[in-house]
This record gives sequence, structure tokens and C-alpha cells, in this order.
Amino acid sequence: MAYTPRLKELMKKVEESRASRVGINYPRMSPDERRAVLQKFHPDFIEDGFRKIKVGVNKGARLPYEMADVFEAWSRLRDVKLDLQAKPAYDVDILIIGGGGAGASAALEATAAGANVMIATKLRFGDANTMMAQGGIQAADKENDTPAIHYLDVVGGGRFENVPELARALVMDAPLVIKWLEAMGTMFDKKEDGTMITIHGGGTSRKRMHAARDYTGAEIMRTLRDEVLNKGITVVEFSPAVEVILDDQGCAAGAVLYNLETEQYLIARAKTVILATGGSGRLHYRGFPTSNHYGATADGLVIGYRAGAKTIYADSIQYHPTGGAYPPQLLGLLVTEKTRALGATPLNINGEQFVYHLETRDVESSAIICECAERKLGVPLPTGITAVWLDSPLIELTHGEGTIERQLPAMLRQFHRFDVDIRKEPMLIYPTLHYQNGGLLIDENGLSNVENLYVAGETAGGIHGTNRLMGNSLLDIIVFGRRAGRDAAAKSKEMPVPEGLNLGHVDSYHRELEETGAADGRVSPILLPHYTHR
Amino acid sequence: MSDTIAMVDIFIMGKRYTVPETLTIMNAMEYAGYQLKRGCGCRAGFCGACATVYRIAGDYELKVGLACQTKVEDGMYLAQIPFFPGRKAYYDLEEIKPSVAHFAQLYPEVYRCLGCSSCTKVCPQDIDVMQYIAYIQRGDFAKAADISFDCLMCGLCVSRCPVNIVHYNAALTARRLYSRYIARPDAFLAERTRAIEEGKFDAEIGVLVSANQEKLQKLYDNREIEK
Ligand SMILES: Cc1cc2nc3c(=O)[nH]c(=O)nc-3n(C[C@H](O)[C@H](O)[C@H](O)COP(=O)(O)OP(=O)(O)OC[C@H]3O[C@@H](n4cnc5c(N)ncnc54)[C@H](O)[C@@H]3O)c2cc1C
Ligand code: FES
Repeated sequence: MAYTPRLKELMKKVEESRASRVGINYPRMSPDERRAVLQKFHPDFIEDGFRKIKVGVNKGARLPYEMADVFEAWSRLRDVKLDLQAKPAYDVDILIIGGGGAGASAALEATAAGANVMIATKLRFGDANTMMAQGGIQAADKENDTPAIHYLDVVGGGRFENVPELARALVMDAPLVIKWLEAMGTMFDKKEDGTMITIHGGGTSRKRMHAARDYTGAEIMRTLRDEVLNKGITVVEFSPAVEVILDDQGCAAGAVLYNLETEQYLIARAKTVILATGGSGRLHYRGFPTSNHYGATADGLVIGYRAGAKTIYADSIQYHPTGGAYPPQLLGLLVTEKTRALGATPLNINGEQFVYHLETRDVESSAIICECAERKLGVPLPTGITAVWLDSPLIELTHGEGTIERQLPAMLRQFHRFDVDIRKEPMLIYPTLHYQNGGLLIDENGLSNVENLYVAGETAGGIHGTNRLMGNSLLDIIVFGRRAGRDAAAKSKEMPVPEGLNLGHVDSYHRELEETGAADGRVSPILLPHYTHR
Repeated sequence: MSDTIAMVDIFIMGKRYTVPETLTIMNAMEYAGYQLKRGCGCRAGFCGACATVYRIAGDYELKVGLACQTKVEDGMYLAQIPFFPGRKAYYDLEEIKPSVAHFAQLYPEVYRCLGCSSCTKVCPQDIDVMQYIAYIQRGDFAKAADISFDCLMCGLCVSRCPVNIVHYNAALTARRLYSRYIARPDAFLAERTRAIEEGKFDAEIGVLVSANQEKLQKLYDNREIEK
């Protein structure tokens, strides 16, 4: 889908001003300006996008509307008869829910510690946000860097709202994680002598971003997945968890799985449960498109919350400033931050820059929203939305021809598939819903406030405060996946098989819903987004 | 110039649907009313879940593509390949070496390649699949790792191979062998992990963990940034 004649006409403005923009740096915002644009335009601060939830352990907490909708909803098991005392379909030490990077890491460590582990996942093993990460993974493993320096970046980026012990675990484990992955045969970018090549990322004070070309997450995910399979760990695909099961002591003791194809419910009993279901981009907060994979529907948050696990910063969402806006096939797709790092700048309909191109993600996104919504200087698209230009040809002009092909091959390929040559034509972008900063609160071992219920990865919260830096999420899923796996394994060794399996917490949750009338007809977790008949 | 969107006819597993021409195959299936379960992962060309085989009416040639990365065309007959029973060899990375002898035990079929190039022709990532198989045969794991790197493991190569090579799994093993044994380990990384395990950073980080926000803010604002 090449640009339409009308867009090509508009593009001339960009071309006309290009030569005059080479080498010119647009001024950065002052702290006051940054605050002002955030308050006015960042979706996290727009109050009518939020409401207080009426049920559960965090009753009264502020949540994005669409998240509140799945929290205030009936269980899928409301009218289903299940015999929880019958012989379970699966009986293991540790049930890991979610086959992304966090789940796979947990499985490997728990297996190494001698536990009998199984992974149940919604789509294929590895169909996950982890597979999509391009940019990189942080770790302080250079001489001029230390975990303490990394720590300051993490908490400064997180607006000092991080849980200190979690941020410490993140940075202290980071080099161990890189070493672990290296030994597993992950193909990191290296120099001849084996030295990892590292670069800056948004908000880093040292060059500590490790990458595997621009397929970092894919490389990590396929390596972990291969290793899980090599170890003979049971993986059950297309079987999402729809509810956590508790035992007669109120401890987590398994989950009800739903076979997406046969539409049967199956019981998995386990001594400990690890929730690793990833993020929630597919809830499309405030109608935003998303960079997330198909299964990112907040399932773990929902079922963990029903089981009594507390949330932290669940109302804090990261919007990535550069999501694809046109061609329509690329809507929401992530345009990697590296594109701006290499010098591509955002421009309005008149071909003028309106914001420094490397503000933090939240500020950059807000400025783009402002340019379209308030200043009305966005580019109207045939699809009915507005966007701004991202002047990628400027990269070639600044760094020389061939830079895009060398540095951004995945981007070049992706736009080329829809007949846009980003070396010659600017991209059209708009902020995209990218990451869930908060989640279910955990301790340093990944344990939630519900006994034997662990949470790891994007479903967990507290580590990043209210703003995660690039490269710290791939890190966090492995750090806390491994920690949860190890702790769960140790615990499972000392435990008898749980008894008195029940869904009493779901019944009480239903009573609260009935009393408050909060649920309407909604049912959750939604498992799959509904895009039919769009 | 008008920007209205034209409609095209496509045939999903033989049934006709009329859909906007701007859609990807994946979006078109949803537009037609399919609730996708299989054949849909990242929706962005990274996971390889959505391999699709199609033919355009009037043409005999079978084409392939990723449903999330391919636009519909008028007269497109299509079907997804939701699952392909390709074999994976199970191995302990610590027990094998990057040698032809070891590889031949894991994936003997690699050495039966006929050189037909069907795999290369079919790759939606434009990888020269047959070439990396040749590198593997020769024991050149570094080159195989390099050129196979962008593989999404969608399985289309395997679906066309006359001698049943599972290219994507062979390539993954080659990349792991290369990264584990041929690429050098990062020397300073090993030193750093030892220092962490010996507790050398505990005191320094302890100070920050117990610092109040005011102090952290000051340290943060004044931190030195590597050029
Ligand atoms: C496009 C993109 C680019 C990114 N780039 C970077 C980057 O460069 N650096 C970085 O650090 N971070 C990056 N991130 C963020 C990072 O990739 C993710 O936050 C992280 O990978 C999440 O890992 P996870 O294991 O928690 O979840 P996921 O990897 O999403 O895995 C969760 C798994 O759980 C499954 N699941 C969901 N619901 C259920 C259920 N009910 N039952 C069973 N299974 C279920 C899912 O299908 C999935 O397989 C990026 C994210 C995206 C989307
Ligand atoms: S859905 Fe992942 S490649 Fe198409």
C-alpha cells in the first residue's frame, strides 16, 4: 500500500524543509514544559480514562477503564460444573502459566533445581511479547559501570516509585542473566574477542544495552524455548488458564485450563503456581493501537487478582511514541527507538519539527498527541486517524546512504512489504500502547501476597515504578522468572500435595460483583481480543 | 484525488469473501468473521505463527507468505498452515561440539539436501536457506549462524522440502553451537559475575536502596553520562 496521491502531495512539505533541518537540534523541553505536556496529554493523566474498581483486594484503586472492565467481570466458570476433587488432568510440583520469556526462564531454573514442572500457555510456546522485542537488554557488565549506577538509572526513570528491593534484584542479577544466556548459546552482538557490543538506550547513563541485531527478544525467546524442549519439560499449548485454584488453606494449588480447540476445562494441580502471562496491550486502552502480541489481554492480572493478589501501579501504562500509523497494515506496530536514535525526527503537516526527537517516551508521546489533538497540525490519513511524519530519510542524509539498510533492516523490510521505502519516504507514526509498567505486587522471589502464588514478567509490578526504561523488561522477565522458578522449586520440595482444591475465592468475588452490580454481562479473562467484523 | 478504499474478492479455504483491498490476509480473515486461534501470534512479522499458502485465480503457481505481512489481492485463494509436524532433535548443548560428526547425529537429513532450492524460494524473510544448509554440511557454523539469523521459524521451508529437512531447527542448533563454542565468551562479564557473587557490590547498592527520594534525585540529576 504505497502512499496515496494526497499523502504524496503532503510529503512535499517534508522534502522541502529537509535540507534546512540537517544538523539542527530542536531544543529540549525544560522540566516545567515536560510536566505540563505530560499532565495535559499523557493518557495516564487523563482522568476520564480511569475509574475506581468496586471489588477485590484493591477495592477503590484507580484503573484504566478497559482494565477495570476485565477486573469487574464474571468468571468464565460461573455456570460450569467442575469436580475439583477428581483426579486432575495434570499433577505437578510447579505450574507455570504463560510461555513467554518469564515462563521459560522459570521453567529452566525450577527444572534445574529438581522440580517437576509444566508450562501451560495460550497460543504457541513463544507467541509472546518477548518474541517481539527488538532493541535490547540492559546489564552493568562493563568496567565503567556498576549495578549501583544501573540502579540509579532504573529508579530515576521510574520516577523514584520503584520498590527498592525489586530494583536491586533487577540490577544485581543483570550480569548473571547475560552470562546465563551467553552460556546457553544466545547470539549476542560481539566483537571478535568476545566483548559484548553495548550501546545507550533512553535514560541510560552508561552504554549497557546488549542486543542480538534487531531481533533481541526473538533470539532470547527461541534459545530459551529450545532449551526448555531439550530438557523435556511438559509444555501444553493452546490451553490458557482461566482461574487460579486455591487449596483448603487458601494457598495457590493449581489452575483451571481451557483447551481452546476442544473447549474443555481441565484441572492442573500444583504445589506452587507461577503466573507469567505478560502484558495487556490488546485491551486497547483509550482506543490506542498496540505493539503487543495477540495474547496480551491481562489474563494473569485478572485471575491473580480474583485469587487475592494485590496490584501496584496497574494504572501506569507506557505508550511508545513511534507506532506505525500508515500504511494501515502497520497500525500500532513498533517503530524501534533506534530510528530516532539515528536521527529521524517527528514533523507536523507543515514539515516542521515540534519536539526534540529524543525526549523520554512519555514526553515524546504526549507532544505528538498534543500536536494532533490540540494544535491540529497532524497529517490526516485516509483511514480516518491523524499522525505525524517521522523523517527517516534524514538519517541517510546525516549518516550517509546505506545507514538504514545496515542499522534498521527489520524496519526497512517491514515498510517495504507495503511499498514504502523509508530510505526515501518519511514514515507516518502515532503513539502506540506498548507496556504495562505495573502489575501484581511481588517480593524479591517473585512471590505475591497469596501463598504459593508467584508472578513474573510483565504481569508483575513494582520493579519499574511508573515508567520502565528500554531494555529493562527483557531483563526483568529473566531475573524474576529465574528467581520465581528457584524459590518455587525449593518450596515445592518441602510441601505435601495440596488438598481441598476449591474456587471459593471466585464465589466470593461473584458475591461482591452481585452486591455492587459492577460486572454487567462481562466475562473475563477475555483470552483473545475480538477483531471480527471490524 | 479520492482516497476511498476498493474491495476485492478473496477465497478463504475455498469460500468467497469481499474485503477491503488494504487489509493484510490476517485482518481480512478477521474482517470475514474468523476468530483466530491458531495462525496468529505477534501480528508483526516476528513470530512465524501465520504461514499461509495462496494462489491467485488464473495462475497455477503456489505462493506463500506471512498472513500478518501480506496484503490481500483480488482472486486470492488461501489457507493457513496452523501447525507443521517438523522434527526437533533433543540435545544437551554441553555434550555436543560444533562438528559435522555431532551434527550428523542430530540432523542426518541435512546431508541429503538435493540442492533444489525450494526452501530458499519460499522463505518470507528472503533468507538463502539452501546456502545455510550447505554451510552446515561443511561444518561452517559461523556462516550458517550469520545468514540464518533472521529466521522466524515459520516452517514454510520444511513444508516444501523433498527430503524432509527441518531447516529452522537445524539452523537454531547451528546458531547455539556457534554462540556457545565458536564466538568467544566475554572475559569481563565473567569477572563481573564473580564479583557480584562474592558480594563486592552489596555495600554500594545497599546505600542506594535505603536512600530517601531527595538524595536519590540529587544523585540522579548529577550523575555522569557516558558520551
Ligand atoms: C514490540 C515490542 C518491543 C519490545 N522491545 C523491548 C526491548 O527492546 N527491550 C526490553 O527490555 N523490552 C522490550 N519490550 C517489552 C518486553 O518484550 C516484554 O515486556 C516482555 O518480553 C514480557 O515478557 P513476559 O514473559 O512477561 O510476557 P510474554 O513474553 O508476553 O509472554 C506471556 C505468555 O503468556 C501467554 N498467556 C497469556 N495469557 C495466558 C493465559 N490466560 N494462560 C496461559 N498463557 C497465557 C501468552 O500467550 C504469552 O505466550 C518490547 C515489547 C514489545 C511488544
Ligand atoms: S503473526 Fe507473527 S509473524 Fe505473523
